[in-house]
Amino acid sequence: MSDILGSLINLDLMARYGPRFLDGVLVTLQLVGISFILGGLLAVPVALARLSKNSVPRALAYSYVYFFRGTPLLAQVFLVYYGAGQLRDAFEAVGLWTLFRDAWFCALLTFTLNTAAYQAEILRGGIRAVPGGQREAAFALGLPRWLTFGKVVLPQALVTALRPLGNELILMIKASAIVSLITIYDVMGVTRLAFSRSFDFQVYLWAAALYLILVEGVRRLWAVAERRLTRHLKPA
Amino acid sequence: MRLTIAVAAMLLALTGAASAKEWKEIRIATEGAYPPFNFVGSNGELQGFDVDIAKALCDKIGAKCTVVAQDWDGLIPALLASKYDAIAASMSITEERKQQVDFTERYASAPVSFVAPKDTKLTGVTPADLKGKIVGAQSSTTHATMLEDVYGPEGVTVKLYPTLDEANADLKSGRVDTVFADKIVLLDWLKKDGADCCKILGDVDDKQYARYFGEGIGLAVRKGDQDLKELLSKAIADIRADGTYDTIAKKYFDFEIY
Repeated sequence: MSDILGSLINLDLMARYGPRFLDGVLVTLQLVGISFILGGLLAVPVALARLSKNSVPRALAYSYVYFFRGTPLLAQVFLVYYGAGQLRDAFEAVGLWTLFRDAWFCALLTFTLNTAAYQAEILRGGIRAVPGGQREAAFALGLPRWLTFGKVVLPQALVTALRPLGNELILMIKASAIVSLITIYDVMGVTRLAFSRSFDFQVYLWAAALYLILVEGVRRLWAVAERRLTRHLKPA
Repeated sequence: MRLTIAVAAMLLALTGAASAKEWKEIRIATEGAYPPFNFVGSNGELQGFDVDIAKALCDKIGAKCTVVAQDWDGLIPALLASKYDAIAASMSITEERKQQVDFTERYASAPVSFVAPKDTKLTGVTPADLKGKIVGAQSSTTHATMLEDVYGPEGVTVKLYPTLDEANADLKSGRVDTVFADKIVLLDWLKKDGADCCKILGDVDDKQYARYFGEGIGLAVRKGDQDLKELLSKAIADIRADGTYDTIAKKYFDFEIY
């Protein structure tokens, strides 16, 4: 049995790099988890600005989304990471260099800004899909605007937005592999390291399996979230 | 059976003939794309440290020398196919290559160095000197492997970059304290982009870490040509002794290359 396993999985390699792969999974999870949540919080005001009647916030939000959706994430990461490096003096003058010196912070910042742009668009679509009658009914009941948004519009918008948001999270998990290019040892970073030492292509297979497991986790989490958000639609 | 003996006898005759061969003409290949070691000059001729050394060696042996250019990947295959007799292309003597070809004694070393900002507080390049510091290097290189094996366990943080340019960019911006790479390449960078910011912090003895960096640079010959290998090795010792080597080396490098 162990012979068959040994031919499929290089056990020596597994023993040497296994712990580092687990560290890599943690780094990927932290980076994507935190940036997705922060991005989600940022997406709400951006989506509202996109839907605003005032043309100034509308134009600002439009440009923001236009830029972050229209350029590759890799370019954005390099722009923030190496761009900040070029402007070190300026960042030191305002006391931000300690943050921008850190590759992890640069990656987190870029990912947050990037995913916020996508999530804002998803949210905007969700908000617009809520029938106007809902808002009118809340108005007729005398609910204040913020309460109407928080209790009536947003929960219904999230039902529509939930699946696309899940997609966005899955795309983020896979896109996060590019942080290995700015010296962060996420799953991909560890994989590249292990490969450059062992020249065994098998490590890429391990990486693929780890990403699959992460995505499967998201899928299950999302199924639970959907059941909870749509519990009022279920037949009694 | 009779056939086997015949073949064996023929082989014996052939190798006997080969070993008795007088080396009146030696064809030497180089890459021609790795200045200042070997490159095509403005007059279209092959030049550089490797080429000059090769010609000096031929002079010592008293043989006529032809130097030809050959792409890096094809250097060893074409040598084995007898397109030429030796390779002088800054080829590091490594175990992997020794499976295929034989090497003369080294005629140069492949020095490895650390660079750091000019105002660095670092004074040395031993693992103890760099404890708690961040070293940058290019991933998938022998430098990266050596750092991770030797410096990593001593408390040095190793940051790996896809290319050396990116490591150098982070050296300039202060994200890494020092960068480790081939000295020749670093010197080239210090002459251009890194002229204002940085300097050589110190060299690492590549012979001490021969396991990672090979045993220096030698000429490669076919495994059958033991006599040529010995002739060339002896010629290297001769030009080292009579000063020809130093004259050539001074033309290209302002530091000890042997």
